[in-house]
Amino acid sequence: MDAIWLDIGPVEQLPALGARTLPVQGGEEIAIFRTANGEVYALVNACPHKQGPLSQGIVHDTSVTCPLHNWRISLVTGEALGEDKGCVPVIPVKIDGGRILISRAEALAGTN
Amino acid sequence: MTTKPHLIVIGNGMAGCRAVEEILARDSGRYRVTIFGAEPRVNYNRIMLSPLLAGEKSFEEIVINDHDWYAGNGIQLVAGDAVVAIDRQAKRVTTASGRVEPYDKLLIATGSDPFIIPVPGHDLKGVVTFRDMDDVASMLRAADSGGGAVVIGGGLLGLEAAHGLSLRGMKVTVIHLMPTLMERQLDEAAGWLLKSALESRGQTILTGADTAEIYGNGKVEGVRLKDGREIPASIVVMAVGIRPNVKLAKAAGLAVGRGIQVDDHLVTSDADILSVGECVEHDGLVYGLVAPLWEMCRALADGLVATPSGYRGSVTSTKLKVAGLDVFSAGDFSGGEGCEDIVLRDATRGVYKRVIVKQDRVVGAVLYGDTGDGNWYFDLLRKGEDVAPIRDALIFGQAFASGGASANPLDAVAALGADAEICGCNGVSKGSIVTAIDGGACSLDAVRACTKASASCGSCTGLVEKLLTIAMGDDYAGARENQPMCKCTSFTHEDVRAQILEKELKVIPQVMQALSWSTPDGCSSCRPALNYYLLCAWPGEHQEDPQSRFVNERMHANIQKDGSYSVVPRMWGGVTTPNELRAIADAADKYGARMVKVTGGQRLDLFGIQKEDLPAIWADLNAAGMVSGHAYGKALRTVKTCVGSEWCRFGTQDSTGLGIKIEHMTWGSWMPHKFKIAVSGCPRNCAEATIKDFGIICVDSGYELMIGGNGGIHLRGTELLCKVATEQEALDYCAAFIQLYREEARYLDRTAPWMERVGLDYVKQRIVEDDAGREALRARFLYAQSYLQKDPWAERAAGAEAHLHQHIAEIRPFAVVGGR
Ligand code: SRM
Ligand SMILES: Cc1cc2nc3c(=O)[nH]c(=O)nc-3n(C[C@H](O)[C@H](O)[C@H](O)COP(=O)(O)OP(=O)(O)OC[C@H]3O[C@@H](n4cnc5c(N)ncnc54)[C@H](O)[C@@H]3O)c2cc1C
Ligand code: SF4
Ligand code: FES
Repeated sequence: MDAIWLDIGPVEQLPALGARTLPVQGGEEIAIFRTANGEVYALVNACPHKQGPLSQGIVHDTSVTCPLHNWRISLVTGEALGEDKGCVPVIPVKIDGGRILISRAEALAGTN
Repeated sequence: MTTKPHLIVIGNGMAGCRAVEEILARDSGRYRVTIFGAEPRVNYNRIMLSPLLAGEKSFEEIVINDHDWYAGNGIQLVAGDAVVAIDRQAKRVTTASGRVEPYDKLLIATGSDPFIIPVPGHDLKGVVTFRDMDDVASMLRAADSGGGAVVIGGGLLGLEAAHGLSLRGMKVTVIHLMPTLMERQLDEAAGWLLKSALESRGQTILTGADTAEIYGNGKVEGVRLKDGREIPASIVVMAVGIRPNVKLAKAAGLAVGRGIQVDDHLVTSDADILSVGECVEHDGLVYGLVAPLWEMCRALADGLVATPSGYRGSVTSTKLKVAGLDVFSAGDFSGGEGCEDIVLRDATRGVYKRVIVKQDRVVGAVLYGDTGDGNWYFDLLRKGEDVAPIRDALIFGQAFASGGASANPLDAVAALGADAEICGCNGVSKGSIVTAIDGGACSLDAVRACTKASASCGSCTGLVEKLLTIAMGDDYAGARENQPMCKCTSFTHEDVRAQILEKELKVIPQVMQALSWSTPDGCSSCRPALNYYLLCAWPGEHQEDPQSRFVNERMHANIQKDGSYSVVPRMWGGVTTPNELRAIADAADKYGARMVKVTGGQRLDLFGIQKEDLPAIWADLNAAGMVSGHAYGKALRTVKTCVGSEWCRFGTQDSTGLGIKIEHMTWGSWMPHKFKIAVSGCPRNCAEATIKDFGIICVDSGYELMIGGNGGIHLRGTELLCKVATEQEALDYCAAFIQLYREEARYLDRTAPWMERVGLDYVKQRIVEDDAGREALRARFLYAQSYLQKDPWAERAAGAEAHLHQHIAEIRPFAVVGGR
């Protein structure tokens, strides 16, 4: 069950405590986040509340606060935290040799 | 003797030799041992290269096994001749000098190679890594000739190299890509403390700095950063990371991932070949510290010559070996769901301790300044011990937490003698605080007011509150008359602002340390507030912290519900020209604005702009002479005007012209909240000046200055500040009023609630009655403006923060032939 990983660029291109976007032709745009201590996560770039662009939110710990109405979403599980309920798909990512690799299958999940 | 099986070890380093020691200790007669080492010397303690570089140790002192050890144990050492190939079929190895040696068992312990970032100039003479004795020798040679040294990488190795070189008399600059030092071991708070300690020792630490190239003619002359800065240097140390050295294993066809893959007994995919140390990958993990290697070596020897025990992976902890700087880190400190931070800060002693607890277990610890309890926390962490019973006392350390009955901090405080000092800053004893409480001071603020306890650094606030609890029991409500800024601190907004000035605090982590923040890096409510307070207090020195800004202020545009942005160029005093309108129309067409709307602030708003297009549309608007309207900021928004005496039959003064002058004076200024101004040409007030933060009503004899209005959620009409005779006075009073608000209001207070609190009389006294005070306020405002009036759009259009506007990449799946 070897996952196929796509190389999407060097990790330095991600701002610490920030995010960048990865459009998927025919699929849903992905947001790639980097936390304060350099970990990288990826979620579909749409808040479970009203599709706010999570890539534009404030990253804190391992969560991101949606820029539209301040829902907090876990970068690890994609679940809304606190009182709010909802979940956004998580896409597996890893760092290898300073490059960001994203799992092809999940990244393309929405395409057909 | 030759009948004994032959064990060959490749790598005369820490793991290779330790493995041999462990084997000998279990069964000294089992193998004939030959060790090949690429380095031309005996086995030494690599981690002591740092003290060696710093001049604290000599090579003799860091040797682990000298020649006598090899000889005494019948070990053949082949030093200075690297193994270049393994022939698994024939079971033999070949060295660089052509020597061929057969083995029965082979142990690969080749360690790691330092990683070299392939920037231009990385191969110049004078670029070194920090891994072995030869590297230290090159550094010492460079240090002899003095000059500058650049260390690329602010991790453990880089900082130890920098420390050594600086003790050797070089002028050292550390370049680190991430915003904080040692970010994988330390959180922001500890990383900042470390940075300032190193800076005070004379090193230059550049965080968030990216190397563009190493320049020099034949040899290193300096380093150029991507932002253009140049740092002259005669030596560059690359300490950006290590890669397991797997060359030989890979060439021999062994299973290799990030490292040489081994099982729990350190056996590789070939049953006769073992591997140990930094070159291995066990259970998906590779290690870069010695403690795991020791555990591996034990399991290896158990498996090879005794009863197999099995290696199960290691938890690691880190200590920085820089004399006088105590830094400790273990486990996971990234926080996240279900994690609870316990933080203790002591600004006077320079201590920061943070223990991360999850489901009653310690999962991580970061200690700065006092690492005495590091091992205790590490022990709790490794054993996964339930810390619920000692939870309250945990952060005070082992001595306190294990003190049986005194594990209850209240008992510990109760047990203190009356002359025990509670507040170190102001020298207040427990006795005087208790007297104050008995005398009726029944809140923290009251105790502060009459004893000064906890009124300075605030780190004893918890103790004072405990004394209140002890003295008053359930009567102590814990409530404060003035609410603290947020749950990260016991200080109010006003306290924090006063302390920033008094203690000359300049950056967020410094405020948090000095004022004993109870969280490691604040929250989304205190960070933007602190960022503002600092920029207001230190206009000339402030460094923006973009992560402490909300999205609109980070993007310089307003985010819309569909994730697109709106763009509002400044339209001075609501006046525009055909040229500006043409440029706006062109931009609307070119960037597909889906709506162009006249705002309630007398200017035009272009809706539906994509974030990728923002720099381009700003560049176009800049080219037509327009700048950011700050419609997105806690900042000066608009100056609304009416037509005034230029055209209107009732106009008494040139309200339009005055509005434009005011907007030119005030634009770009960051404030506690948004700030709106209007100028009406007569009391008919067509510019609605009486619901603005600062409004001017022109009359025949001059200008009525109106303050504290708000047309928003709670409608509030302005109050009259005073009347002035000239335009210049109107401008001067306006500047002074804005500065008073900037300096004294709480973050996220508009002028209206602020004035409700301080009262009109107070503002009058500061602005109208105190001429010198007004003049000083105005001067401070104009000074701040000399730094703030930079068009953020122009900076972005010129390429600043470009990454915020671009996708990192794009995925295009294979086209489906023939369509669907
Ligand atoms: C665009 C505009 C409406 C319009 O089409 O006219 C507008 C749009 C927004 N206003 Fe406003 N306000 C606009 C004029 C006003 C006015 C009228 C004025 O300035 O004369 C007021 C009442 C006057 C006042 O502020 O005292 C006004 C009172 C508010 C308030 C309530 C403020 C208060 O103190 O109670 C908010 C909410 C807030 O700031 O927290 C708000 C917030 C907003 C936000 C920023 C909501 C948000 O957070 O996204 C809207 C942004 C839309 C966007 O993307 O552009 N807007 N807003 C006006 C922009 C003026 C400009 O050129 O910059
Ligand atoms: C300056 C410095 C400070 C450090 N400080 C600490 C610290 O404070 N705490 C901590 O836990 N860790 C520290 N470390 C890390 C620690 O030193 C390593 O984890 C440890 O040395 C790894 O042991 P090893 O045997 O796997 O590799 P090494 O010790 O590097 O040994 C590998 C040896 O194999 C040799 N070799 C490689 N290829 C061949 C070949 N083909 N043929 C023959 N020989 C070969 C190499 O020359 C080397 O001598 C530090 C490292 C450095 C460089
Ligand atoms: S009143 Fe202001 S905040 Fe409310 S919908 Fe209109 S523009 Fe948005
Ligand atoms: S869309 Fe994210 S919080 Fe509303």
